[in-house]
Amino acid sequence: MLTVEGLRSRYGRIEVLHGIDLAVNSGEIVTVVGANGAGKTTLLRCISGVQPVTGGAITFRGDVITTVPGFKRLRRGLAQSPEGRQIFTNLTVEENLRLGAFLFSDDRVDRDMEDAFQMFPILKQKRNQAAGGLSGGQQQMLAIARALMGRPSCLLLDEPSMGLAPILVQQIFDVVSGLKKLDVTVLLVEQNAFGALKIADRGYVMETGRISMEGPAAELIADPRIREAYLGI
Amino acid sequence: MPELMQFLLSGVTVGAVYALVALGFTIIYNASDVVNFAQGEFVMLGGMITVFAFKAGLPLPLAALIAVAVTAAIGVALNKLAIEPARGAPVVSLIIITIGASIFIRGVTQLVFDKQLHRFPAFSGDDPIRVLGATILPQSLWVIAGALAVFVGLWLFFTRTLMGKAILATSNNRLAAQLVGINTAWVMTLSFAMSAGIGALAGVLVTPITLVSYDVGIALALKGFAAAMLGGMGNPKGALVGGILLGLLEALTAGYISSQYKDAAAFIVILAVLFAMPQGLFGKKSTDRV
Repeated sequence: MLTVEGLRSRYGRIEVLHGIDLAVNSGEIVTVVGANGAGKTTLLRCISGVQPVTGGAITFRGDVITTVPGFKRLRRGLAQSPEGRQIFTNLTVEENLRLGAFLFSDDRVDRDMEDAFQMFPILKQKRNQAAGGLSGGQQQMLAIARALMGRPSCLLLDEPSMGLAPILVQQIFDVVSGLKKLDVTVLLVEQNAFGALKIADRGYVMETGRISMEGPAAELIADPRIREAYLGI
Repeated sequence: MPELMQFLLSGVTVGAVYALVALGFTIIYNASDVVNFAQGEFVMLGGMITVFAFKAGLPLPLAALIAVAVTAAIGVALNKLAIEPARGAPVVSLIIITIGASIFIRGVTQLVFDKQLHRFPAFSGDDPIRVLGATILPQSLWVIAGALAVFVGLWLFFTRTLMGKAILATSNNRLAAQLVGINTAWVMTLSFAMSAGIGALAGVLVTPITLVSYDVGIALALKGFAAAMLGGMGNPKGALVGGILLGLLEALTAGYISSQYKDAAAFIVILAVLFAMPQGLFGKKSTDRV
């Protein structure tokens, strides 16, 4: 469904991605784990089109989308829930969700919003409050729900567990693994390698702008090098 | 009593002019956090282009329509040529660009048209209407109606339409706006076109009362800006109330104290309000949780 070949990207003169190869098949949950600064977020930003690419190609559902501007990629079914949540703080929860479905104005918008409220009941309680006043966990739920309002076939999730209390981390991971039932393919970027690998089908390990290991998630969890470097076991 | 009534009527008229200018500020501000100091030039252009199109023999409504359309196009050009290339610059730099643009527009207008004062006939004649012993010009009613109509239109646009919300979303978080599929470059173009169009409409409505020349923009932009700050920047309700309040303050000071003090009195009140309510009367406090 999503293929990345030889992807390179730079900030100014400093190259941060040195040729990334990665593939996500339809229906999978694939995770990219790695330490802070490995380039995981840059990778996702390239795929969603908000970061300039200096080399390589991104193919989504058979079309090369490397040069398609970011705002047009959601139309093709590619959504991103960005790092740091990036919700619209001065708008209400409901307005945030409605804007998630900015491209649509049919009856399904209301149904999708009801589904989102069912997935995250706390958002329904706070639907008329300014989103900037939500707690970190609630903002993360809103960010995921807003991305789903865009009816993606593939969702890019950037660090959904960052800065959350352990009980919320589990809840967020449960939601992500539940996306399979909604026919949403997931590319999940995480520092919390253990949590991410537990719910993923396959995983990639990223180090300083390169993929250093890849394989089925269960094998990666069992690999002694991974256990030592990322799981602290 | 008729005296007070007269002051109130002229205050509301001037206030409606300020409100129209202030309303023009709200859209660009809402889309980009930029205070567009070329807003006064849009008002001037609306008046000037109407004057010259009318002199060239076009009927007044058509001349006004052309003025609004041309000014909107100039607003788009300002965005494309001056603001968009500087994307990523701090808001202060963008505001300084708009000040430069306003000086440029003033200079070009001077060359293309002239330096004289102009007017065109009022829409419904110049016979004053009597109200409780005071009088008001029919054109003043046009100005007040125009301010109200623009206010209602903008208020509905920002609270009821998805496009209005998309503009608010773009200023709040440009990255997220792109990710939900909003073409943020187009949002900026649209907001400059709308702001410029509203400014030009203000110019068309007030020219029969205040006359127009190439340099009327600065004073109007300053008063409109003060009105917008008083009411709360970015909020159409704030722009309307702030504009009317400012107009009333000026008229009452001019009437009961001295017309020399009218600007001072107005600005002292604005300072006092902003001391107590830094967000303006209707400004939203921004709530961010980290």
